[in-house]
Amino acid sequence: MPKRKGGIPTLTSKAPTAGLLSVMVALFVFSLVPTVTWGQPAPRPPTNLQGEDFPLDDGRRIQLTWALSPDDREGGLVEEYILLRSTKEEGPYTELPYSIPLGSDSYVDSGEVDENGVTVVEEPRNNIKFYYKIIALGKGGVRSEECLIDGPVVATRQWFHPGRVNMLVASIVLSLLILFFIWQASLGKELYIRPLAGLEAVQEAIGRATEMGKPVLFIPGIMDMDDIQTIAGVTILGRVARMVAEYDADILVPCSRSLVMTIASEVVREAYLDAGRPDAFKPDNIRYLTDDQFGYVAGVDGIMLRERPAANFYLGTFYAESLILAETGASVGAIQIAGTAMPSQLPFFVAACDYTLIGEELFAASAYLSKEPKQLGSLVGQDWGKLIFLLFIIIGSIIAIFNQLNPDLISIKSWFEIQ
Amino acid sequence: MKKQFPLAIVFIAGMIFIVQFFSPAFTPIQERFTHWYIVVAVFAFVLGLANLTRLNLQKIHRQQEGWIYSIPLLIGLAGMALCSFIFGIEEGPFVWLFNNMMLPMSATMFSLLAFFVASASYRAFRARHKEAVMLLVAAVIVMLGQVPIGSAGFMEHLRLSDITQWIMAYPNMAGQRAIMIGAALGVVAISLRILLGIERAYLGED
Amino acid sequence: MGLVKTMSSLDRRIIFLVVALAVIIPLLLPIGLPIKPTAPVKAFYDSTELIPEGSYVLISFDYDPATMPELQPMAISLLYHCFSKKLKVVMMALWPQGPQMADLAMEVVNQQLQAEGKPLPEYGKDYVNLGYKSGGGLVIIGLATNFGAIFPLDTNGIRISELPLMDKVKSAHDLQAVFSLSAGDPGIPAWVMVSRMAGYPTPPQPGETDITGKMLILGGATAVSAPQFYPYLNTNQMQGLLGGMRGAADYETLLALPGTASEGMDPQSIAHLVIVIFIIMANIFFFLEKRQEERKAT
Repeated sequence: MPKRKGGIPTLTSKAPTAGLLSVMVALFVFSLVPTVTWGQPAPRPPTNLQGEDFPLDDGRRIQLTWALSPDDREGGLVEEYILLRSTKEEGPYTELPYSIPLGSDSYVDSGEVDENGVTVVEEPRNNIKFYYKIIALGKGGVRSEECLIDGPVVATRQWFHPGRVNMLVASIVLSLLILFFIWQASLGKELYIRPLAGLEAVQEAIGRATEMGKPVLFIPGIMDMDDIQTIAGVTILGRVARMVAEYDADILVPCSRSLVMTIASEVVREAYLDAGRPDAFKPDNIRYLTDDQFGYVAGVDGIMLRERPAANFYLGTFYAESLILAETGASVGAIQIAGTAMPSQLPFFVAACDYTLIGEELFAASAYLSKEPKQLGSLVGQDWGKLIFLLFIIIGSIIAIFNQLNPDLISIKSWFEIQ
Repeated sequence: MKKQFPLAIVFIAGMIFIVQFFSPAFTPIQERFTHWYIVVAVFAFVLGLANLTRLNLQKIHRQQEGWIYSIPLLIGLAGMALCSFIFGIEEGPFVWLFNNMMLPMSATMFSLLAFFVASASYRAFRARHKEAVMLLVAAVIVMLGQVPIGSAGFMEHLRLSDITQWIMAYPNMAGQRAIMIGAALGVVAISLRILLGIERAYLGED
Repeated sequence: MGLVKTMSSLDRRIIFLVVALAVIIPLLLPIGLPIKPTAPVKAFYDSTELIPEGSYVLISFDYDPATMPELQPMAISLLYHCFSKKLKVVMMALWPQGPQMADLAMEVVNQQLQAEGKPLPEYGKDYVNLGYKSGGGLVIIGLATNFGAIFPLDTNGIRISELPLMDKVKSAHDLQAVFSLSAGDPGIPAWVMVSRMAGYPTPPQPGETDITGKMLILGGATAVSAPQFYPYLNTNQMQGLLGGMRGAADYETLLALPGTASEGMDPQSIAHLVIVIFIIMANIFFFLEKRQEERKAT
């Protein structure tokens, strides 16, 4: 909470020295008339205080504007402004502890929480009338007259963000396309899915590990569960673990996030259960190493050199560690399958791994491995979505070329702007 | 029921986040869900710590291969934690350990990249077919064009730096964009599959 | 025949050794190769030059010690550039260790300014370090309306209302530029995408020289991630980019302030050259091996 200067001015040697009584009288006078202070004239008040609902929010903010006090200038009388708030026009008004420096002619009242998370000022509640006053604070805490707002302000919540209609339309069209093809697939319609070499190799890799009597290593990226690539990685882990269980091989899942470890552990356990071999599940194989990026890499490299896995899967979000992991994996002679949507890491995986799933292929992998018609249907829907995007890119490029000739000819740029 | 309950949670939570993007009125609910996520993640952290400690203690106890390395691991874990509790993380031994052990070790791991880039390119950049030749040529140009030596001496006339900038600004950018757009569509599809309960591999179901 | 086979699958430890020598020798015996700044770095420098004296800029330190060799020289040069132009700098971080990176960079800049006999920037008046805040994109959204709500205190625990500089920086609308020195996520992508969504001022059009009411978005990234940001450069969502140690060296050259990045150019040049030679060698032996196999087959 910002501290405010001012309050009752201290008595210095300039104060009348006619004895205690006169000091007390002076103090009494000060407390009665706060706008008159010893030696300091009060600044003129700000004017025209206006308030309105803060746009596009959930009704917890009020936007206030005012015209600056004429004394608000470099070397002028104003030090800062104070806002007061009440739910009744006649008051009582509570002073808001915001520090509004001179020169500011607007403020958003959204309540205040201190550094410990304790509410200092309640936020303006939805659909309640609020009245505001503003005061200019001069040197030595002298206050100007008050400026009252014209009528009450109400914070309202908005149910729809009009700046995002285009996103809504795009999301609906894309979702409908995907749902349509899922429905088509569930009716038994044959759908063509382009083969993905990396995924065709999954079975081969696990088979090889089984033959060699070595474990399979699975890394679901280095980010947490709030990353969609980690989620994709974990869904693929479900499929891979199921195959591993069926083949009677071992799977190692070192994790760099505790939450990922907890979930990976459940996923692998369920996969073993589903494969009818719950007793073969080894909970110790799913372990947490560290959140630290390079500490984690060191840990995984150690595991690779000690356990010498025959198949390595890197599926999720990766950063600079991608090549360090993949090169170490290559040096122990493992078959390596990687997949990520991080464009800057893809070249490293492509160079050091046997197969790489690029971008969307990572998200398609689990559906692809499931061979379930409904899941495959969603992939076809996604491809149709891509076709629509391609059309827009081509149309946009043509329009951009024409706009070079005449900028006012046609503009659809605003259709694609998101707020 | 065991499967339906998690699916319902996934559906509701996912929908709230989607609806909130289009409807600001849902922001408080979304904020609450975000806070819950943080709380859950904190509890998971305790599980992670327990898992790490238990596995390493077990390793020492059973004297499994490489058990000796578990000792410095546990000492480091307990030591850093104790230092931060006793002396704080702004100054004192925690900062010293951080600056003089963590930093150089992290930098060492990161700098391994320089060596691995060399060994990976030695293995991977082979002119096996037409595409590989293109990749190889682009790699050589960019590698030289990115450093001053690419524009020193006779190489100045090859204008490798300009070609590099062109490669980065056009073919590279086109590829990056295609990957980003494709991935974004993939995210929509996988999210829909998960929200609608079609994708259930993470629940151990086919 | 034995040689071809051995060379074709050369022990990687030999490669490592040669690379290590290629880095160490030029460090000890510098060659002093001339550095010619690249276009994205020139754009970065020229855009920064457009910022009027006395303006407020934000530098976000979105990296940690692991990427210091690449990003720290950028931070030093950038701070030096800002203070030379008398810009007021608000430092913050989306990465937990960012504030320390900022402090370390400030130490070097102060030494440099002192050596040049220039006045040292004053804390609270010329620059502030607001510290780290978790939340990535959410922090960026918050700054669009209120700095005080996101950063009530600076790294020293001082309330930001008591820092004179922050009197003038209430929201992102008071800034003339945002610089993100980024090693990953959250970093440049978050600043570019979220700032647009959160309604920050728009960037100036290319060629515009009066940037009043506009806000530049400029970035520095590791060499590995820099290619990812070219789409932003090309669409004017970013007005300049420092990529990796080369970008930092180019920037040092433009500022005539040679530092560790410029020193790093010789070893980097030789290391790149060595890798290129390795690639060529690998291909020669690959062809020889293939030919031998073909001969054997016939």
